[in-house]
Amino acid sequence: MQNWQPSASIQALKQRAEIIKKIRHFFEQRNVLEVETPLLASAGVTDLHLENLTCQFYGPGFHQGIELYLQTSPEYAMKRLIAAGSGCIYQICKAFRNDESGRYHNPEFTMLEWYRMGFNHFDLIDETEQLLDLIINCGRCERLSYQQAFLQFTKIDPLNTSVKALQTFLAAHNQTDIAAQLDNETDLLQWIFADFVEPKIGQTVPCFIYHFPKAQASLAKINQQDIRVAERFEVYFKGIELANGFHELTNAAEQQKRFEQDNQQRIRHGKEAKPIDQNLLAALEAGLPDCAGIALGIDRLTMLALNHSEINQSLSFDLQRC
Amino acid sequence: MATVSTNEFKGGLKIMLDGEPCAILENEFVKPGKGQAFNRVRIRKLISGKVLEKTFKSGETVEKAEVMDYELSYLYNDGEFWHFMNNETFEQIAADAKALGDNEKWLVEQDVCTLTLWDGNPIAVTPPNFVELEITETDPGLKGDTAGTGGKPATLSTGAVVRVPLFVQIGEVIKVDTRSGEYVSRVK
Repeated sequence: MQNWQPSASIQALKQRAEIIKKIRHFFEQRNVLEVETPLLASAGVTDLHLENLTCQFYGPGFHQGIELYLQTSPEYAMKRLIAAGSGCIYQICKAFRNDESGRYHNPEFTMLEWYRMGFNHFDLIDETEQLLDLIINCGRCERLSYQQAFLQFTKIDPLNTSVKALQTFLAAHNQTDIAAQLDNETDLLQWIFADFVEPKIGQTVPCFIYHFPKAQASLAKINQQDIRVAERFEVYFKGIELANGFHELTNAAEQQKRFEQDNQQRIRHGKEAKPIDQNLLAALEAGLPDCAGIALGIDRLTMLALNHSEINQSLSFDLQRC
Repeated sequence: MATVSTNEFKGGLKIMLDGEPCAILENEFVKPGKGQAFNRVRIRKLISGKVLEKTFKSGETVEKAEVMDYELSYLYNDGEFWHFMNNETFEQIAADAKALGDNEKWLVEQDVCTLTLWDGNPIAVTPPNFVELEITETDPGLKGDTAGTGGKPATLSTGAVVRVPLFVQIGEVIKVDTRSGEYVSRVK
């Protein structure tokens, strides 16, 4: 039998449209420009644990075909617009990630991403809180540093630990097997965070976790007061990871170094190295203004606003029906 | 040795864990935005019956358990083994008390049960979801009672004890849900 019916109810889709309307109004009031950037790009991401979906274009100028990457987020293109002088911008677009499908994941999903000039990560946390309050009436959110959250719920200091100490912690919690499968500090910290910290934080109101360890800096600036941490934050609510923000790294050389390190890690893990987005590096070289940016999952936000238990309840057609 | 990837995990899949065949009950994909992905699964060990949580790194492979389910009809018990027969091939298989566990009380001759075989040996017997059994013992109830209130214990022909409405009497045949052990209705 054909599974032609939508995975979301028509009522949920109407409420989803209302949410998106409110988001557009929120940014219009703040004079943030709505933009669109390509979903298909000549380069993807180098992240160890992110995989692009790819496709081939054949046509004029590309007789042999060219491999194009469906974007995992519109970040690189939006930063190029900012370097070109756009000022504050936002975008609501599709993003694609290979390998990801589950209760909270669909390989194609909708992302809200925005950038604010002159903001640092704390300013952007405040603004994100206002947006969340507008959509889910959550009021004031919790704020905890990554270190505080770990200490509070696991007694582990994530900035002063070791592979052995983290594996011992997991073994003491009956997780010897997974401990043996994870051989580096970052993977271990991420698993312990997901299994022991995430279920405890942001249960009644969303929780902002900021100042991730430097090894998880991604595209965030390193904090000048404490160089062990990066100016990156995430938002968690009811066990769902909702958004990820950075006080953006603007240094082209440092960015290039991080991309190269990503690729070295990929090779160590038996994955292929990925082409580095030279357009982004050139834009950073030309000068990215000081800014903070954040990506927020619209499908997950809709789930939370409508008390859905699965992401497909807020998608018109999920992977099983697309 | 056949293996399966975590991407093939789903409810019902049988895998080997610590040398014991297990069935996956639930499979949840867990992925920190920028981190390693995991599969958090609830598993039932098919021999001990223990249910546990287990986490795998996504993309890992595990050994598949050579476990197959067969639909066989129950014949008789010889005091040590319970004998079942394939209605098409007439082939017979005997299961021991360990494989039967608590399900002996739901066995009705001729009923088709699911036998789970690991490397050819029965490790579990699952009775049909509904069985019909005669009441051999129960207190005389009050007349005029309607189903759904209170109830009383009744012993069935196989020795199983279920709660039944007060109006149900000795000698009547009732339908029972074997998954919950609850009374469903009288059988006319």
